[in-house]
Amino acid sequence: MFAYFLKRLAFVLPIALAVSALCFSLVYLAPGDPLSAVLPSDASQETIEQVKADYGLDRPIPVQYVIWLGKALQGDLGKSISNGRAVAAEIGNAIGNSLMLAVLAASLGFTLGALLGIVAGYAHGSWLDRLLSTVAIAGVSVPHYWLGIVLVAVFSVKLNMLPAMGNGPGGPWVWSWEHFSYLILPAVTLSAIPAGIVMRSVRALVADTLKSEFVTGLVAKGMGHATVFRHLARNIAPTALAVVGVQLGYLMAGSILVETVFAWPGTGLLLNNAIQQRDIPLLQGTILVLAMFFVLLNLIVDMLQPLFDPRIRRS
Amino acid sequence: MNPISRRAQCAQSACSTPVLSQSTARSRWLSGARRVALGAMLAGALGGAMSAAQAAGTLRVAMSLSDIPLPNGQTDQGAEGMRFMGYTVFEALVAYDLSSASKPVTLIPGLATGWEVDAKDKLRWVFKLRPGVKFHDGSAFNAQAVVWNLDKILNDKAEQYDAKQAAQGRGRIPTVKSYKVLDDLSVEIVTSEVNALLPFQMAWIVMSSPAQWNAVGKSWDAFLAKASGTGPWKLQTYVPRERAVLTRNAEYWDKARVPKLDSMVLLPVADASARVAALRSGQVDWIETPPPDAMDSLKGAGFTISSNVYPHVWPWHFSRVEGSPWNDIRVRKAANLAIDREGMKALLGGMMVSAKGMVPPNSPWFGKPAFEVKYDVAAAKALMAQAGYSKEKPLKLKAIISPSGGGQMQPVLMNELIQQNLAEIGIQVEFDVRDWNALLANWRAGVKDASTKGAVATNSSYFSQDPFSALIRHVDSSLMPPKGTNWGYYSDPEMDKLFDGIRTEFNPAAQTAIVAKAHERFVNEALFLFVAHDVAPRAMAKKVKGFVQAQNWFQDFSGVTVE
Repeated sequence: MFAYFLKRLAFVLPIALAVSALCFSLVYLAPGDPLSAVLPSDASQETIEQVKADYGLDRPIPVQYVIWLGKALQGDLGKSISNGRAVAAEIGNAIGNSLMLAVLAASLGFTLGALLGIVAGYAHGSWLDRLLSTVAIAGVSVPHYWLGIVLVAVFSVKLNMLPAMGNGPGGPWVWSWEHFSYLILPAVTLSAIPAGIVMRSVRALVADTLKSEFVTGLVAKGMGHATVFRHLARNIAPTALAVVGVQLGYLMAGSILVETVFAWPGTGLLLNNAIQQRDIPLLQGTILVLAMFFVLLNLIVDMLQPLFDPRIRRS
Repeated sequence: MNPISRRAQCAQSACSTPVLSQSTARSRWLSGARRVALGAMLAGALGGAMSAAQAAGTLRVAMSLSDIPLPNGQTDQGAEGMRFMGYTVFEALVAYDLSSASKPVTLIPGLATGWEVDAKDKLRWVFKLRPGVKFHDGSAFNAQAVVWNLDKILNDKAEQYDAKQAAQGRGRIPTVKSYKVLDDLSVEIVTSEVNALLPFQMAWIVMSSPAQWNAVGKSWDAFLAKASGTGPWKLQTYVPRERAVLTRNAEYWDKARVPKLDSMVLLPVADASARVAALRSGQVDWIETPPPDAMDSLKGAGFTISSNVYPHVWPWHFSRVEGSPWNDIRVRKAANLAIDREGMKALLGGMMVSAKGMVPPNSPWFGKPAFEVKYDVAAAKALMAQAGYSKEKPLKLKAIISPSGGGQMQPVLMNELIQQNLAEIGIQVEFDVRDWNALLANWRAGVKDASTKGAVATNSSYFSQDPFSALIRHVDSSLMPPKGTNWGYYSDPEMDKLFDGIRTEFNPAAQTAIVAKAHERFVNEALFLFVAHDVAPRAMAKKVKGFVQAQNWFQDFSGVTVE
């Protein structure tokens, strides 16, 4: 078991290094000038050269990478070109907002998806299964930003029940309805895809497992529905957990459009702004942190799976 | 007022809504969560919000920016940054007269009461400063502060030198060579060449408080949260990427411009549909640049749309290197006569003014050009026939355009109409669509740069706030890349002579007359494809009163009230 953890952990280092090199070099392939964010459009060549020197962008890219990596290893991701703030602090502020949104969306998505998936799995092949599967496909297929705009049109503009954008009325976050209300529409929007994916995965797992010999055996032994379901749940949990882990990662990194539509100041909006402004340090730092978050999440899921599935422990 | 807007307005402003401590709030939340279902919580909260006090005189603005402009002085985020942060909290020696919607904006004294070039030495200027002005921190504004602020952006050895502010400000005053304190209220500025446009350029350079910078530990990062300028608004709250709250500076030196509002909340909402939704749901009172397709619905829902022409032009910048089809004046004039600008205006929901030159026709710089830019397809076809082209034997060319970008209005829609119009007279256009930043990078590099890839026109909208930005930088033969942004490598000794006249004429009226002559030549030679001037639309709730939209990129919010 310990060897298994060590093995999983060992994979993280080369992945992190590869991700850092990739994210550093990829952003240089994008068209446009990274200094556009700080310079007036008609800045003279002399001003451009001076600003390049000020920001260290006049050095060769491999040299910039080595300097950046050295600092990144010490937790210093540099400073944003566009606003001069520390990238680590910018990401730190944004990641809290995104995490809050992602956890709520994942909880909503997982709960709804698991419930509907179990129902559809038990009712496999029936009209109810087909109806729920259609809902799940709609959830997976509907464009995030479109759903967000529709929800805003209904609940903010028409009914005036929930705020249309922003992450709160100002001041630090407190657990009050006033703050929580800002979370609802983006979280519901963001939960549509994981709900659909989890539902489809759970449905397939339940339907397959119900056909297993051990379930037939349990039923033949006269076990009640609750007992059979308990066995079923333990069998589908590891796979469902992996799906949820991956989805949470996607929610953290893939909420660019939703955070933009709702002006939610999380990592998605940060990434969007960094791309728009060619803010290379911010872009590199955000991609690196999100990629590492994804890797870490997968590591946690990998480590949790043996707790649910003794077969992995034994292997 | 609806519950959400009432709650949001109160909470976002400096009003007296009680703020729960975090622990108290959390315990209430937890106990509440145990007791009630979400539906009941919703109903209760909405009811509570109904009774919340409403702040008087707070304007909530959704800017089209993705971040709050830096409150350091020489702010970032272009003209919108200067509009909401640069000229609200801070001020320059030279200001703009933004008091009227009906007349073009002119320069007026700001923190300087006057300026004069030395009659014997045209490189030497003296700026006389306004007495009795104080920064928000209470320290005095004086000549030492002006020199300190110039060092902030021009002297990289100075302890207050700030690369961020230098990037924004240095290029605005390229001829400033030296400066010194003459006395407490007089500053001398020496330029490297004769430059009668210095007052226009100095209008960009705003003053931050040296005393405050020292008080916060000589750190520009620390200054951001406790910014201090001399402007009519004080910075109360600055939360990067979320909000800034500005409050009235009751001690402002110009009593006529002391804000009527208590406070102004600035929110960065880059997505246009999110801004519209925020306005319609009552979460904000004012939005910048509503999208054209939302205009009718906003008007129908009772919102006010404010707009006015301003120094902005949306042209095609022509290549004038050897082999360019635009070297034939008949082709240039034909293209200008082929554009259905009124049709374009309808496409944009009325939100443009047809361009007849680089500046709007009511500008004192417009002059009286002999060539009238209008929609006349027959005349355009005749000119094309003289040049040897027709629909059957078309001229084929490539133009660089962008899908979006600051000041670019609706570039794809507008360019597609131009493509259709030009096809009518025998000009077949192929578009090279590039990201806005990539387009700008090529614009700086010039048409001879390899990145142009055979294009002979580029569509970049331009700021035309002063004679240099409106005319000189585009076609002065001494400003070909990399020295400047004469993208098309245009060279005309006559025009250069006029530009020299503008730079060396210190009498404002005489200078204006020369600018008008240069503009007449610009139009008569049809140097660009003149298409549109933006009208800076903004939408606001009916309760917002007293806003006078000046013909400018910058606006004065002092007279605004919220009923």
